[in-house]
Amino acid sequence: MTPLLEIADLHAEIEGGRNILDGLSLTVNPGEVHAIMGPNGAGKSTLSYVLSGKPGYVITSGSIKLAGVELSELAPDARAALGLFLAFQYPLEIPGVSTMAFLHAAVNAQKKKRGEAEMTSPELLKRVREIGKSLDISAEMLRRPLNVGFSGGEKKRNETLQMMLLEPRLCVLDETDSGLDIDALKVVSNGVNALRAPDRSMVVITHYQRLLDYIVPDVVHVLAAGRIVHSGGKELALELEATGYAQFQTEAA
Amino acid sequence: MAAAVHLMKTPAELTLAETFAAVEDRLPGTGDMAAARAAAFARFAASGLPHRRVEAWRYTDLRTLMREAAPLAAPPDAAARAGAAGKGALFAALAARRLYVVNGAFVPELSDLSPEPGLMIRSMAAALAEGDPLVAAHLGQVVASDDAVLALNTALMGDGVVIHVAKGAALARPIHIVHVADLAAPAALFVRSLLVAEEEATVSLIETHEGPAEGAYQVNCALEIVAGDGAKVSRVKVTAEGPGALHLASLLARVGAQAAFSAAGFVLGGAVVRNQLAIRLDGAESVAHVSGASLLSGRQHADTTLAMEHTAPRCESREAFRAVLDGEARDVFQGRIAVRQAAQKTDARMMSRALLLSDRAEANAKPELEIFADDVQCGHGCTAGALDANLKFYLMARGIPETEAVALLVEAFVGEVVDQIEDETVRDALMGAIRAWLLARA
Repeated sequence: MTPLLEIADLHAEIEGGRNILDGLSLTVNPGEVHAIMGPNGAGKSTLSYVLSGKPGYVITSGSIKLAGVELSELAPDARAALGLFLAFQYPLEIPGVSTMAFLHAAVNAQKKKRGEAEMTSPELLKRVREIGKSLDISAEMLRRPLNVGFSGGEKKRNETLQMMLLEPRLCVLDETDSGLDIDALKVVSNGVNALRAPDRSMVVITHYQRLLDYIVPDVVHVLAAGRIVHSGGKELALELEATGYAQFQTEAA
Repeated sequence: MAAAVHLMKTPAELTLAETFAAVEDRLPGTGDMAAARAAAFARFAASGLPHRRVEAWRYTDLRTLMREAAPLAAPPDAAARAGAAGKGALFAALAARRLYVVNGAFVPELSDLSPEPGLMIRSMAAALAEGDPLVAAHLGQVVASDDAVLALNTALMGDGVVIHVAKGAALARPIHIVHVADLAAPAALFVRSLLVAEEEATVSLIETHEGPAEGAYQVNCALEIVAGDGAKVSRVKVTAEGPGALHLASLLARVGAQAAFSAAGFVLGGAVVRNQLAIRLDGAESVAHVSGASLLSGRQHADTTLAMEHTAPRCESREAFRAVLDGEARDVFQGRIAVRQAAQKTDARMMSRALLLSDRAEANAKPELEIFADDVQCGHGCTAGALDANLKFYLMARGIPETEAVALLVEAFVGEVVDQIEDETVRDALMGAIRAWLLARA
């Protein structure tokens, strides 16, 4: 079986700056949910940015393959069209760009790149409304400029809506639980869980174990000092909650 | 005190002096009008072409930018008239009354002059020749100005449009003045128009300026607007001149009490474009929205210089300007809000923002407040910067290609001023023009 995501000995740095990922390797098979936990500064968010191709992050060696395709030289939009989705820790506000216009541009840009038929506006609107209903996103929210004036919870629900609409093969959730109250966390988790499928994988990056009560992982990894230092089953998350990350930080140092 | 007389010395200035001497007697208007022309030319001659040491022209050194003065354009021939009929297509979807000014001459046979109650339209040349009392009462008197380029317009104005909207009349359709330059050789156009909207009148005016894709030409146009008490006057201008154009435009407007006035200008074409606006809120409790956007690439230079004057109490004005700059383009925004002592409770806010898409583009902003009243709310701000890389990344991370992501962000940036325009068809046309500019850039 070809892994859906295969990261091999990845080294990356912030442009002109310090090394953030230091020999990270990770294999995620189709259908699996992997949690990545770790202390602040371990490189969790960097991993999500390097995966999605954020400018300013430079891969110095190693490789990232999505279903066998090397991503490291591809622009972010090409990675998205291949099925990679990053749910941002802090979704950005874009004044002047309506949420619907943005969704329309995103869906059809991906479909176009994949050679699929584009969605018409009525089709899209219908689909967005369906998903919106499950996430408690009102029509009024969809009319607003993208994320502008949204609360933290609304932004995360909007990220989840985008993910459900775009139907990616690999979902990378970067600290999706941050800024969420318990009700919003349930709504978002339900959305994420609805996406779980035999051909879709997820990488859930989180600082706290709480999220993993709702999105139950198959594998839990500990990221420290830029690489995976320990892996285990879902019970590892509970262990970490009890013992903290100190043991792994010393191990990595 | 002896006036500091500038000796005409640049080739352009010398040519202008020769031109004026040669045509002075042939230009429309006699008596007071001829005297006004002569006085205006004398004013121009006293200062010469404005240059960087003239504060209002600090960033647009016309003496350098206008090396030569082109000869006056001849009246449009049959081919030019025929070609003009298809112009102004940007607003084709708008059910407007179209008036055509070709090579600086009003062309009645192309224009829609169907009668409408309360509306009078005529050629400026005819009005000047006949000593039209409306023109005599207002021309050159709407807002006092000692600007040399406006003086040159007054001296050499050939034709244009005179529009009068009677008290209480609300025009059924917007008026679209389609300015077309169709020239085989370099030529200069001096166009002067006047819009008088009497008390409680409602009028929406659109002007487009287009020109040939090749060749240099010079446009000096001026529009004076009188908005009476309670009048509702809006004006949208699109400068889409050919790439060889030097376009110098003056808008002078005086607004009465409890009136609503708006002026929005968009610069999409021309080599050197100067839009200077002098707006005076002369009656209490009026509202003015003045806005504009310049989308420039290559080595284009656009200058918007606004003087907003509050002379009456309790007026509100909003000034919003945007510039999107690519290549080695240069944008200038100079905005001054002056609040006279009588203009208590003035509420005025000015904001200019420039978006630089290239490292070599340049934005110059000079906002000023000059306040003599003590009970006012006034503010100004300006920003200049590159596109937000994080926003671009967010869009691209959703699969939107870079050019499309940039287009969305630029449209949003300029959309902030387009959105203020009341007419949806006009807004759509402008957003279409912005999209076309972005596609041409990509």
